Amino acid sequence: MNLRRDVFQAIADPTRRAILLLVATQSMTAGAIAANFDTARPTVSKHLAILTECELLKQEQNGREIYYHLNPKKIKPIADFIEPFRKLWDDRFNKLESIMKKYKTDKK
Amino acid sequence: MELKTKVEAEDGRMDLFITREFDLPLELLFKAYAEPELVEQWMGTRVEKLENKKGGGYHFVTTDPKGNKYVFRGAVHDFIPNKKIVRTFEMENAPLGVQLEVLQFEALTGDTCKLTMHTIFESNQLRDQQLQMPFKQGINMAHKRLEEILSKLK
Repeated sequence: MNLRRDVFQAIADPTRRAILLLVATQSMTAGAIAANFDTARPTVSKHLAILTECELLKQEQNGREIYYHLNPKKIKPIADFIEPFRKLWDDRFNKLESIMKKYKTDKK
Repeated sequence: MELKTKVEAEDGRMDLFITREFDLPLELLFKAYAEPELVEQWMGTRVEKLENKKGGGYHFVTTDPKGNKYVFRGAVHDFIPNKKIVRTFEMENAPLGVQLEVLQFEALTGDTCKLTMHTIFESNQLRDQQLQMPFKQGINMAHKRLEEILSKLK
């Protein structure tokens, strides 16, 4: 349960979400990831550490370099990719519900 | 708290289910899908055409705050009041293919009801693309905000 909350905290940050999306297509070194952001390198390293800690990212040694890649086992269960989609429909249906409630009252 | 809207999308499949329980009588929920002026209100779209009958079709045009227009079309295959709608869905000029939508309406009590929306895509890939779209849009927005803040600092 604790880990679950950590994962949600990890993805609550827009930079960390952007990092996840970057490495979703290919493994990358910390340097290559940092090059995509205007943020200072230590800040990116901190984000990488958090993502690695909660196992959303996995490290892989390749020669001298450490590559980061997505851990699909962790991504899938939390279904965070789906959450914004769910939210979209939830908002849409909430609107439907409030409009129809008003419609009902107006008819009376 | 139990979520009112649920999305089920099993790995590797080309379909998904959206279910939602409404604090509304069944007839009112169905009306929200049947009457063009109500569809316009809750979907935030302009309804150019809505022929709710076997062999009918619909045509919606949505304009975003920037003035970009999105056109949605589909064919209505079945329309059973207060029970079921079967239709296709397609967004013009988007590489997302055609979707088949089966909407089931059921009463839970006199004042509550449930909608089950089953959407079938052309492939598992297209389904996943559609699922991830709001996630990616969220990230793009976050990036844009970041860029705006940074450009102000320069």
